[in-house]
Amino acid sequence: MPTLVSSRLIGLLRKESLQILRDPSSIAIAFVLPVLLLLLFGYGVSLDSKHVKVGIVVEQPGSEARSFVAAFQQSVYFEPHLYPTLQAGRAALRASEVKGILVLPADFAQRLKGDRDAPIQVIVNGVDANSARLLEGYVQGVWTTWLQRELQARQIQVAQPVEPQTRIWFNPELESRNYLVPGLLVVNMTLVGALLTALVFAREWERGTLEALMVTPVTIGEILIGKLLPYFVLGMGGMVLSVLMALFLFGVPMRGSLWVLGICSTLFLLTALGMGLLISIVTRNQFVAGMVAILATFLPAFLLSGFLFDIGSMPVVVQVVTHVVAARYFVTILQSLFLAGDVWSLILPNAAALVLMAGFFLGLSRRLLRKRLE
Amino acid sequence: MTDSPLLIDRLTKSFQGGGRRVTALDGVSVSLAAGVVTGLIGPDGAGKTTLMRVVAGLLIADAGRVEVLGVDVAAEPLAVQSRIGYMPQRFGLYEDLSVRENLDLYADLQGVPAAARAERYQRLMEMTGLGDFMARLAGQLSGGMKQKLGLACTLVKPPRLLLLDEPTVGVDPVSRRELWSIVYRLVEEEGMSVLLSTAYLDEAERCAEVILMHQGRVIDQGPPRRFSEPLRGRAFQVSVPAEERRSRQAQLSRTPGVLDAVLQGDSIRVVLDREPPAETRRLAESSAWRSVEPRFEDGFVTLLNAGQERVEPPHVTLGSRFTGAAIEVEDLTRSFGDFVAVKRSSFTVQSGEVFGLLGANGAGKTTTFRMLCGLLPVSSGQVRVAGVDLRHAAAKARGRIGYMSQKFSLYANLSVRQNLDFFARAYGLRGRAAGARIRWALEAFELETFETTESGTLPLGYKQRLAMAAALMHEPDILFLDEPTSGVDPLARREFWGRINALAESGVTVLVTTHFMEEAEYCDRLAIMSAGEILALGTPMEIKARAATAEQPHPEMEDAFIALIQQRGSD
Repeated sequence: MPTLVSSRLIGLLRKESLQILRDPSSIAIAFVLPVLLLLLFGYGVSLDSKHVKVGIVVEQPGSEARSFVAAFQQSVYFEPHLYPTLQAGRAALRASEVKGILVLPADFAQRLKGDRDAPIQVIVNGVDANSARLLEGYVQGVWTTWLQRELQARQIQVAQPVEPQTRIWFNPELESRNYLVPGLLVVNMTLVGALLTALVFAREWERGTLEALMVTPVTIGEILIGKLLPYFVLGMGGMVLSVLMALFLFGVPMRGSLWVLGICSTLFLLTALGMGLLISIVTRNQFVAGMVAILATFLPAFLLSGFLFDIGSMPVVVQVVTHVVAARYFVTILQSLFLAGDVWSLILPNAAALVLMAGFFLGLSRRLLRKRLE
Repeated sequence: MTDSPLLIDRLTKSFQGGGRRVTALDGVSVSLAAGVVTGLIGPDGAGKTTLMRVVAGLLIADAGRVEVLGVDVAAEPLAVQSRIGYMPQRFGLYEDLSVRENLDLYADLQGVPAAARAERYQRLMEMTGLGDFMARLAGQLSGGMKQKLGLACTLVKPPRLLLLDEPTVGVDPVSRRELWSIVYRLVEEEGMSVLLSTAYLDEAERCAEVILMHQGRVIDQGPPRRFSEPLRGRAFQVSVPAEERRSRQAQLSRTPGVLDAVLQGDSIRVVLDREPPAETRRLAESSAWRSVEPRFEDGFVTLLNAGQERVEPPHVTLGSRFTGAAIEVEDLTRSFGDFVAVKRSSFTVQSGEVFGLLGANGAGKTTTFRMLCGLLPVSSGQVRVAGVDLRHAAAKARGRIGYMSQKFSLYANLSVRQNLDFFARAYGLRGRAAGARIRWALEAFELETFETTESGTLPLGYKQRLAMAAALMHEPDILFLDEPTSGVDPLARREFWGRINALAESGVTVLVTTHFMEEAEYCDRLAIMSAGEILALGTPMEIKARAATAEQPHPEMEDAFIALIQQRGSD
């Protein structure tokens, strides 16, 4: 009776779609949340230090000091504020008005003219270690460039034994956004795929609707597909929206092929849906399901996927743990698709891992969901 | 008996829960009669829902065999599920789908061909009266309408066996009657066999057959007369002066040879033993005793009481310090957004009175209660509790009231003793005073043997006792009981009301909500509520008298309730 089978499934699909359309919260999770996250991370969070506020203490104004300050003013990385005394500079640092201070001592000009070394003091707020290190490096850079120009202007030849010619691959502008945004797509999909579906079965358990549903000739396979398909479409819709935003709003390059992106997104979305369904089937309670989904899928996708923090620099134990985080594989795939191209040696093994994980979670859901109340 | 739609043979089912094994069904054997309504009757925890679920293929039995329409459920659940209709307690409706969409879903799931749907829907809508609401979301239907839609959904493909799990619980009596008439039509016009579980004993009398369950066992099966007939000539109605009714009821229930004595308005309904002592027999010959038709409930209580030691509820008394009007409510209104939950209610409760609020789920009983306890601010109107205006001194009033909420509100993972300790402290009792009250609670409510038991694992009746004890720790003047007896078996219910009566005798004012019609008879006065309004206010006799007609000179409380609702509808 093939027509009957499809009639049951169509009934379930129609019901689920109507519920999604009438429930503003699922639309919000699928479409509004990704947009918010992308905007927040795309614009608000940047791992590059630009326009960093630094204080410069000039104890003895002079042409050298002015030219040094001008070098900072020209740099896109800094927004210098001038302070007349060290005390004033320190106070500003304590009040977090600046991230660091540079002190040009009173004898700066004399030392520079003489043969002696001319030290400047750099004090950096080390609370945020990452920014502090970046700041330190940038200050060094500005200082070296300025010194070179200054010396050239005075026709003093400095021996330069090695001049590094740096070339940066994949992300030549060193825009952190270019690798953050692909990672964000993974977080978005985890959210839509796992969080949304984690709630759906739990909701039916709580409201008692599943009990009535189960005493119809519907099969477990039909129930599962009836849940999977609508949320798959919803998740893919969110994904398309996010990719469009990435390409056209944030100008992230797309160097791989779209069909690979499509296939890999399908694989990852199936994994996320599988995790969500499994959580929903096991917990049977919306509140617990929501908490578990956030702890087991969303947070690992954030912290352990290599999206924000490089997996290679994690402790070995944590590195091992990241292998069970599905997001990790998809982050690698997306970063190479967006920034490098169809790098098969990377995409194939990671895609294979996703196939395994999707199969595992969906298969386990299928096994655990019974037409029984125990 | 091969044409029986349901054969159950030595069915056993137990659950693992909280480290204990609970036997829900203990060797149940049943053969259902075809083409009639069979009532599955018993208190909560009797195993009714478990039995329904095993029959529907939702649970697997530990032992025994269940054959539905000739098919073994354990072997072929799908085959069974395509031929039966099952309505779980919570209807199983999708509240965010419309009436039509819910019907479509179940028609799809049951494989009803598109061509056959229009005719079937029309018939179902005509039966349930939902035809005008096809486009309305199920979540926006009233309780009674939801229940009828739930029934319609299970009927889109006419099943041969219909399983209804407590379809009438908490629904107003009008909807309840309508549901019953639908069920009868199904049986008569479509030849359906129906198994319907209920905790309302008066519904047993509407069934052709009754299966009586208690503690996982089938006590007896047969037509309802089989349960009441042996009591013919042993049921009496005893008229007593109104002010003595409580003391007389307590006295009668202690009289040797009396199996059951309950209040019924201003009289007492008594069931005697088969061979009562001569002294009691003489009593029954007085003119105040009138022989009446035995009811199903009489038979039920007698059966359950058989072989059980009669427990005397000990006197729970409190020294009360308050006289006059305990509660004065004037024009009380509460709205939530556009929805008016309570509309301009006015009533007064004298101290020492047992006052009942009777109504279906959603009638506004609990909202009224919460306002009286100062848990919910009033939208407008006056409320004085124990002489204190709640708007200004809610905390002061709260010290004089005890509140027992609908759900078990004690800490399930604390022992009985720890719960009592906690509530004593919460009410500001300390040291010797607290110790004395806790001892009183343990003794008066016979909880001594359970002192160290975790409260969550207590039997339901004992949980109710503990909750009531906790509400009485601070010797309140006024006691609020929100549906205290819902789900409790009739014996525990009688015991519970024995305590309420004793409290009232000692001067405590008791406010109680209930949806059991017969419990309304236990109250001194009551208010009948529907859709937030008080339809009638008075003693049980006064309210019943209002519904008296030429053809029905002695209406029951339910008749009165229905007459009131219909009256309002036609106004």
